[in-house]
Amino acid sequence: MLRMLRHSFVALTLIAGPVMAADEIGDAERGAELYKECKSCHQVGAGAKNRVGPQLNGIFGRQAASMEKFRYSKSLKRAGNDGLIWDLEKLSAYIENPKAFASDTRMNYKGMKRVGDRNDLLAFLRVYSDNPQDIPEAQPTARALSHDIDPTILTIVGDPEYGEYLSSECLTCHRADGTTEGIPSITLWPEEDFVVAMHAYKRKLRPHPVMQMLAGRLNNEEIAALAAYFSLLEE
Amino acid sequence: MKLNRRLFLGTAAAATASLSAPMVMGGSHSRPRVVVIGGGAGGATAARYINKDSKGEIDVTLIEPTRRYYTCFFSNLYLGGFREMESLGHGYGSMASQGVNVVHDWAVGIDRDAKTVALAGGGSVPYDKLILSPGIDFMDGAVPGWSLASQNAMPHAYKAGSQTELLKAQIAAMPQGGTFALVAPPNPFRCPPGPYERISMVAHNLKANNPTAKILVLDPKPKFSKQALFEEGWANHYDGMIERIGPDFGGDAVEVRPDAMEVVVDGEVEKVDVCNVIPAMKAGRVCDMAEVTDGRWAPVNAADMSSKMDDSIHILGDASAQGDMPKSGFSANSQAKVCAMAVRGALTDSKVFPAKFSNTCWSLIDTDDGIKVGATYEATDEKIAKVDGFISKTGEDADLRRATYEESVGWYSGITADMMG
Repeated sequence: MLRMLRHSFVALTLIAGPVMAADEIGDAERGAELYKECKSCHQVGAGAKNRVGPQLNGIFGRQAASMEKFRYSKSLKRAGNDGLIWDLEKLSAYIENPKAFASDTRMNYKGMKRVGDRNDLLAFLRVYSDNPQDIPEAQPTARALSHDIDPTILTIVGDPEYGEYLSSECLTCHRADGTTEGIPSITLWPEEDFVVAMHAYKRKLRPHPVMQMLAGRLNNEEIAALAAYFSLLEE
Repeated sequence: MKLNRRLFLGTAAAATASLSAPMVMGGSHSRPRVVVIGGGAGGATAARYINKDSKGEIDVTLIEPTRRYYTCFFSNLYLGGFREMESLGHGYGSMASQGVNVVHDWAVGIDRDAKTVALAGGGSVPYDKLILSPGIDFMDGAVPGWSLASQNAMPHAYKAGSQTELLKAQIAAMPQGGTFALVAPPNPFRCPPGPYERISMVAHNLKANNPTAKILVLDPKPKFSKQALFEEGWANHYDGMIERIGPDFGGDAVEVRPDAMEVVVDGEVEKVDVCNVIPAMKAGRVCDMAEVTDGRWAPVNAADMSSKMDDSIHILGDASAQGDMPKSGFSANSQAKVCAMAVRGALTDSKVFPAKFSNTCWSLIDTDDGIKVGATYEATDEKIAKVDGFISKTGEDADLRRATYEESVGWYSGITADMMG
């Protein structure tokens, strides 16, 4: 099914030619490559779950910020309440410059500037929206967050009270209310994602020097405590 | 202020007690009292965190004479034209509405035996724990010819606000091709990269408005913070504009003549158009008042920032002698959180966790050319000791430098929200 769709999109692209408008369907296969930029936060496909960002199955035609189990920014909730339904044009505008579209969105993504790239990416995502009944059979394309952390680290239950004290060090730069301005939001992350990210800094896999230094002196229990605290923060 | 406290306490009877409280010692049933003097990066953070985390169990009073606090950090960016002065000002309304008793007055006396702070406006405030975060004052006679009386002719602009505005106005009034002189302070002093970021920002300003002007830096120190990064940046952006005279050539023997607008370096008289004198510094005078200084600074125990002379007094930020941390707003904010936890623990039996400190200092060299240095620290018996650190590298690409600048802007919003609520 997926393969067939991809072929049809490729054909369409060829007909459409190289000059693309924001409402054209792009190349889903190329979109799958571009999607790698998104998958550290978003899952899509069979069994996709909400992670740092919401899962993206059925995003086309869905009211913005409408999945009950995900905590969205105020901007996106307001947009959804005002009647924003995600379609090709709206998603393209959002992905082009998330902050310009929804000022306090927690989607910490710099934006995808080229319209052709956005069309390809959205062609890929549309596969998981066009025929929701087919999703269980879809390829598990987006098992994001591949990591090789010792599973016992992920089973540590963090002490949110200790996390609250430790968090004061984070809050010199990161905002407790989740706003992002030059520095990403760290509130309301799933605990596992938080732990994986911090260990990636600790092992210097992620590049930022301040974060490498700060994470470097936190032990496994302290990272778990921070993850527990930040996952519980209210907006 | 009264209304907020009434709301916070919830009952009229309690409110009446608290309104009269500054004049009398609290009874045995009253909440423990913390008084904080100085509402900057250290004091504001401590007041806010103790109030927030004690959830009403501790009565917190912040004594700060000014109603609006202008951050010294980022004030160089105002000189460079990257920030408006108003964007550096922060009020205490939010903190007051969260329950901190904010008193806009001068502390004029500290009685350590009676545990009271006397206010210029009359009355005194009792404390169980006193936190001093007064920042810096200048050493008399540190630069021959300069005193506070000459700060209008030769501004220090090292406490942000009207002094910074004055310096910017003087730069704007410089004749074409004129000379801007900066007399740098000896160690230790507030914000080690500060004078050199200032030179960068003044150069940025002059490059646009007065491109033939010169900058003369008179420096008593052989080395300075982020030196290789600044010198690389000055060569890239402001080639030929900046001359620095170190101690080898008389930078440590400078006299100024504010009336004549002259500086004397190693016996040679230089006529200048603007002279920014940043004298040697010491702990803010509130520390002298409390008699907790030893020499220029107030020594503290690293684990909780308590004074080595009085365990009911804690000293935060620039005024403290603590060990390896630089004197910065970030450091003061970090120390305040450790202190807040320790003070809460002592007064309410809340849990006390091991002290962790950190600092990062960003500096801007030119548009989108940001650099940073930072370190983590821990408490030892002897001092706050450095654990690990990093610094930007020379030759970094433009994208990384822009990201560093954008990060600093985010940090500014973050720390001011963290301080003021």
